[in-house]
Amino acid sequence: MTSRTVEQVVPGWTAANQQRATRLIAAYPERRSAVMPLLYLASLEHGHVTSDAQREVAELTGLTAAQVQSVASFYTMYKRGPVGRYLISVCTSISCYLLGSDEVLEAVEDATGTPDGEASDDGLFSVEHVECLGACGGAPAVQVNYELIEGVEPEKAVGLCNWLRTARPDVIGGDEMQSLFGGQRSFDWGPIDTEGAIAPVPAFGPYGSAGEA
Amino acid sequence: MTDTPLILTGRMTEHRDDSHRLETYEASGGYVALRAAFGMEPADVAAIVKASNIRGRGGAGFPTGVKWGFLPAQTRPRYLVINGDESEPGTFKDRQLLERDPHQLVEGIVLSSYALDVHHAIVYIRGEYPKAARRVQRAIDEAYDKGYLGTNILGSGFDLDVTVHLGAGAYICGEETALLNSLEGRRGEPRIKPPFPAVAGLYAKPTIVNNVETISNVPWMVLNGGDAYATIGPETSAGTRLFSLSGHVVRPGNYEIVMGMTWRELFYELGGGIPDGRDIKCWIPGGASAPWFVPEEHIDIPVTIDDTGRHGSMLGSGAVVVMDETTNVVAAAHRIVKFFAHESCGQCTPCREGTTWLERMLWRILHGEGRPLDLDMLLDVCDNISPGLRWPPAQTTICPLGPSAVSPIRSIMTHFRDEVEAMIPGLRPAPDREGADVG
Repeated sequence: MTSRTVEQVVPGWTAANQQRATRLIAAYPERRSAVMPLLYLASLEHGHVTSDAQREVAELTGLTAAQVQSVASFYTMYKRGPVGRYLISVCTSISCYLLGSDEVLEAVEDATGTPDGEASDDGLFSVEHVECLGACGGAPAVQVNYELIEGVEPEKAVGLCNWLRTARPDVIGGDEMQSLFGGQRSFDWGPIDTEGAIAPVPAFGPYGSAGEA
Repeated sequence: MTDTPLILTGRMTEHRDDSHRLETYEASGGYVALRAAFGMEPADVAAIVKASNIRGRGGAGFPTGVKWGFLPAQTRPRYLVINGDESEPGTFKDRQLLERDPHQLVEGIVLSSYALDVHHAIVYIRGEYPKAARRVQRAIDEAYDKGYLGTNILGSGFDLDVTVHLGAGAYICGEETALLNSLEGRRGEPRIKPPFPAVAGLYAKPTIVNNVETISNVPWMVLNGGDAYATIGPETSAGTRLFSLSGHVVRPGNYEIVMGMTWRELFYELGGGIPDGRDIKCWIPGGASAPWFVPEEHIDIPVTIDDTGRHGSMLGSGAVVVMDETTNVVAAAHRIVKFFAHESCGQCTPCREGTTWLERMLWRILHGEGRPLDLDMLLDVCDNISPGLRWPPAQTTICPLGPSAVSPIRSIMTHFRDEVEAMIPGLRPAPDREGADVG
């Protein structure tokens, strides 16, 4: 267990993220439970989960760097290499597969010039196929920086990629993308959500990764 | 079917634009149950849930009241963990509850925590649901502001904190002990049971892990009585239930129904039938882990936990995936097995190695490179993961993920063996060679 303050452990982090780290550690009965949220926070600071990020999280939580690495390497959403500004995740699990997800993935690869599992040279895109996103009633489903679009046909997927390339939105909002490029939804989403993602990290206020669109 | 009470989805149906907001929740009966509960003993609230006969909505279908009863009397602290790691392919019901009626869940959490003498609850939401997490966090913040959470809630002397935790992309964390390891900042690897979480869960303390939908029912139960809940639907499948309908149906979506309607009614009345008037080839009745049903045998069976189990499958998480007559069932099975191979945590050899072998064999069959021996080998590998290939499945593994990968293979070998054989060069037509390979 570290005896140093968050500010002393991660002096290079923004003051806002230092405060978030302090709050996240306090939000759990035991300090080590903050590993997962802190890995997201460290991703924001470093762009992805670097070796430095893992060492920082280890010291913040009182674990060893190896323990943190064992966690970071287990979960697919912790990216341990460079990620494009826009991470495009195409669901290819059963319901999406039945409704043509493989063609959507191909369209995204072509439109971004980025093969599945890789990042584009200009750093704009990462493309990945993912397992079930919980959007099966709105298949095929796609996420950009973990914000969801449902009912995405291949040609709409091309439109989405071109829009990201030209509009370069700072905040990725699911509702905006859904209205432009989506179709059938799993259920009525209700009112417009004004928050969205500012990075390829799930957009959640306590992790500092949500912005107002 | 028209008089189905909408216990879970009534508010979001009636108040389309603001069902997630505190004012709407309060104006439509919200937090009334909580005030009522504080006039009762905690044990009385637990008794209501027990009397409801609700069975967990996460997949295993275990009676919630019985699970609560496993908590040892003396040990403190106890924890309540809400499982919102909804990841079973085909399932998207909890997402709707989290996004559209988060206060219903929050009130259910406070009621359950009061009943269980819990003072810290954690909501584990899968990482791919940030919008759901935002909605729940906002509801929690509003609840703190209005005194529904925090210290001395509504002057009752009862204290409760709630933390929202995001997962990071691991299906296995939906398994409750893997979820607890994940919450402790570890790899999401299932634990050997016993001890069960109720005895030694989070930080080895007594812990109840309940699904989002299960706990979202609790405010209604406290308002209307556990007995009233128990009278809805068949005796052993009490209450309404959210079914996620997807695949080849005209109207996919979540449907809150009383269990007991037939599959035919679910597909043709609620789901609007199959696109372009095609026929159903098969369907998955309860998530990717469940053995498949086929119309010739199962279309008029009632949709209940017990009827589904009796016919060799399960309602699981309530995820129904329909495949029409044009579906390549080997490709569909491959896709599901690929999922389990990807999501295997790697602890147990039969699952880690077996799911990968199964995926590779199906891939080569699918690509015209199957060997006559592959059919027996598929079943042999399945048998190594789930001895006897029976239902409910036996397992050589710590958790049921491995046996889940067996379900689609058993399904195609039982119902569509001719289609599998037809893909293997040199196997057909030669029915007398079946099983005669000597390697």
